[in-house]
Amino acid sequence: MAVDKNMSILIVDDYKTMLRILRNLLRQLGFANVDEAIDGSSAMQKVKQGDFHLIISDWNMEPMTGLQFLKEVRADDKHKHIPFIMVTAESKSENVIAAKEAGVSNYIVKPFNAETLKAKMVSVLGDF
Amino acid sequence: MTNQGDDLRAKRIEAIRERYGDHVPVELLADVAGELLAVTKGGMSSETDLFSDLRDLANYIHEARMEIASLRPDEVGETLIPSATDELDAIVEATATATNSIMDATEEIENACADLDQDMQNGIMDITSKIYEACTFQDITGQRITKVVTALKNIEDKVDGLVEAFSDEIEAAKAEQKIKDDANQDVVKVINEKDDLLEGPQLAGQGSNQSDVDALLASFD
Repeated sequence: MAVDKNMSILIVDDYKTMLRILRNLLRQLGFANVDEAIDGSSAMQKVKQGDFHLIISDWNMEPMTGLQFLKEVRADDKHKHIPFIMVTAESKSENVIAAKEAGVSNYIVKPFNAETLKAKMVSVLGDF
Repeated sequence: MTNQGDDLRAKRIEAIRERYGDHVPVELLADVAGELLAVTKGGMSSETDLFSDLRDLANYIHEARMEIASLRPDEVGETLIPSATDELDAIVEATATATNSIMDATEEIENACADLDQDMQNGIMDITSKIYEACTFQDITGQRITKVVTALKNIEDKVDGLVEAFSDEIEAAKAEQKIKDDANQDVVKVINEKDDLLEGPQLAGQGSNQSDVDALLASFD
């Protein structure tokens, strides 16, 4: 099935600069319907109120980390199916394992490039 | 130790009595007194040595505390670490501002290309993508600097503990420094003036902006 480029994407990061970078890179990939949040708890509120088809989240945030946010999404019956890509500087293998065990769909290590972002999105959503 | 010393002393006095008897001629009094003095000193030597060692140890500890206090750990906690964290915060802020300026310009380039043919737009988009990718440095440096700031705050807590433990000595060191400063006021002034010329970039609100400099220069006219 073709990927709908008008799909709603939630990006989550406590660095506004990173949100802007992600938003621009997604726009260049053809995805302009992007909402944003600056930590896990505000992101979870948006998830409950919205209809997102993809979540791209940082890990290192306060008060709720990206990992806790992922666990909450996966524990929510209504939203647990949403693909979740972690984009983080936390690159230790134990981090990747913990994210995988929590149900992450894919994992991008910062700093990253547009090619990596697209490749991970394709692996999660299908080719576009 | 004391009982052994007493026994030894008693035996040596007994030996003197056996040698000189209970009644000592006047001409031998000096010899007997000398031997008695030697016995007394000999018997007390271990206690005297112990006391002397303890006094040396106390002096050593006191000097060590004074030396630590003279390093002025209070300055580390009160001035140096807060100054370092402020500088690091300023780096994060400056890089964020610069990154946003770069992205502003990049977005303007993309908007200006809207009327170009698709091939040219694609070519420029490849370039602007690279600029956006490069801008992720700000996020990484920000996280690294945050780790350093956290480490500095931990050091600050430990220094605060040290300052509390050595508060008396630090006050003494401060007073001593003040006396030295007062005595060498001219020298200190020269050193401070020299340092003032090498303080690097100033934090927001602390230095002069271009308008201030212009006004200052104009005041010489």
